[in-house]
Amino acid sequence: MLEIRDINKHYGTHQVLTDVSFSVGAGRMTGFVGANGAGKTTSMRIILGVLSPDSGSVLLDGVPLTAGDRRRFGYMPEERGLYPKMKVAEQLVYLARLHGMSTATAKRNAGDLLERLGLGERANDLVEALSLGNQQRAQIAAALVHDPEFLVLDEPFSGLDPIAVEVVLTVLKERAAAGAPVLFSSHQLDLVERLCDDLVIIAAGEIRANGSRERLREQFSTPRFEIHTDADAGWIRGVAGITVVDFDGGEAVFEADSDAASQQVLREALTRGAVHSFGHLRPSLSTIFKEVVR
Amino acid sequence: MSTETEARQGTDTTAAPRTTHPAPNFWASVWLVATREIISRLRSKAFLISTGILLLIAVGSVVAGGIMSANPSTTSVAVVGSAGAVVGESAGLTTVPADDVADAEALVRDGTVEAAVVPDDSLLGVSVIALDSPPSAVMNALSVSPAVELLEPAEQGGFLVYIVALGFGLVFFMSALTFGSTIAQSVVEEKQTRVVEILMSAIPVRALLAGKVVGNSIMALGQIVAIALLVGIGMAVTGQRVLLADLGPAIGWFAVFFAFGFVMIAALFAATASMVSRQEDVGSTTAPVTYLVMIPYFLVIFFNDNPLVMAIMSYVPFSAPVGMPVRIFLGSAEWWEPILALIILAVTTAGVIVLGSRIYRNSLLRMGGRVTIKQALRG
Repeated sequence: MLEIRDINKHYGTHQVLTDVSFSVGAGRMTGFVGANGAGKTTSMRIILGVLSPDSGSVLLDGVPLTAGDRRRFGYMPEERGLYPKMKVAEQLVYLARLHGMSTATAKRNAGDLLERLGLGERANDLVEALSLGNQQRAQIAAALVHDPEFLVLDEPFSGLDPIAVEVVLTVLKERAAAGAPVLFSSHQLDLVERLCDDLVIIAAGEIRANGSRERLREQFSTPRFEIHTDADAGWIRGVAGITVVDFDGGEAVFEADSDAASQQVLREALTRGAVHSFGHLRPSLSTIFKEVVR
Repeated sequence: MSTETEARQGTDTTAAPRTTHPAPNFWASVWLVATREIISRLRSKAFLISTGILLLIAVGSVVAGGIMSANPSTTSVAVVGSAGAVVGESAGLTTVPADDVADAEALVRDGTVEAAVVPDDSLLGVSVIALDSPPSAVMNALSVSPAVELLEPAEQGGFLVYIVALGFGLVFFMSALTFGSTIAQSVVEEKQTRVVEILMSAIPVRALLAGKVVGNSIMALGQIVAIALLVGIGMAVTGQRVLLADLGPAIGWFAVFFAFGFVMIAALFAATASMVSRQEDVGSTTAPVTYLVMIPYFLVIFFNDNPLVMAIMSYVPFSAPVGMPVRIFLGSAEWWEPILALIILAVTTAGVIVLGSRIYRNSLLRMGGRVTIKQALRG
């Protein structure tokens, strides 16, 4: 488990991170969400040791991370870029070797990865000769070429075409399934919602919410229900302890003062006709996000 | 490097139990970075062409020097009768026998000879006939000079000293500037293309800086050694062994001083370049370092005959790589002087590296505007 504990960081008079603590469990996909300037990139840079925090520590299974450990990280910085005048494959081999791989393994990995990303034929082209989309794929390869055991990806999906997004998703899931902690940030909340097991929400340099996706949804859920019947649902307005939020024919969204009141609605609906669905409405990630950062 | 490789290969999937990984081998990282620098330089056509030109100039100047010293210009004179005996003893004159004075004058007029030496009744027994001005070469050859005793003989002639000083100055200036600006560009390239953040996450910043300095120093020193060897071999082949014996130690010391001096300059170029984010800004930010490299070049041109200036130059770290070899060539340096100057240079270089790596580290992730020295040092 990767643990970020009480990290503080300031630039000049500006406090960028305040007592940031969260953890990334083994085999868990952890989404890191926050507005621009909230401190995501700074946190990730500190995890990777590219920046030093003013105070606090990054622990791996309870022990501070060493440079040796960090070599097993796959990192995709928010600021993308590779050497423009180097061949794609050569560049990947170079990066893999900087992470401590042997030349032979590095070459094999680079070849496999490029093939998988659909760049096999471009392996010997200069990076600057690639289209922007292909450069992004090469960038993904650069983060994965050394078989990292931990992934820290800053906005891995930004600028990717749908095919590349799928490839990255597959790789991330694979790594998580193999037990690797995966931390990634994204502005695409729907994607994060679909992907992640855990969530960390940061705003103005402070962690506002953090935990498993389900638990957060539970935590931020309101007593809001949705019902779908085949009869007109207008009668719900008259039930005691119920406030209808949205209403359209047989569908209605309402808030209940108590569990008893919501159950009363269900019972009555069944007497009036067929009930296709009835359920407690869980807030979407974007709702939680708006709620939390407010 | 190999131990880490083995550690890595076993780590493909399961992350569960924490394996203790060896600390990354610092010098292996440095060497990887250095190799990349060297290879990318060797692939640059501009670099290969400019190196070729520099080597050609070095060889050319030696060969030209050899031709000039192998064929000392001889002057031909026409001699009439007994004058031949007088001229025959003088070095540097070729005689062309003439039947009489009129014949000799004709040879002078049509330019076959520079002058004619004819017998007369004077004290010397000969007189010289020339066309429009007194022929100094002939006069000197025929003159009798008193013996001269020099109390403090200079080991080398003034012109030769000038050429040698200019040579050291030029080679230092060219190499330091070429490879210094190369390192500056390479630093900004990494910053501008943002690849630097991946590099920083893989290896220590010090290893990155050291790799760049080592790679470019190897290239610069390689070029210097190639020039030195070519000059040395050229002198031996063209028979300038005497000059080689005088110049050899100076060239050797030059290479040693250059090795340290260039590392210092390279660290300065890297540090100053890291403060900007675009290639367009490299020139202005590295300008102070460029001046530091140019100053010794101009000083040595204007003051190579001024012992005080040369003595100071030979100790100041930035000019020592030029100043000390010139003094060694002149024979004006005691045996311990180059060693002392080298120690001063090495200590300064170490200090500059510490300062430079601090600036480099603190500037690398600051994109956009130019980082101020204050920010870079404070972090």
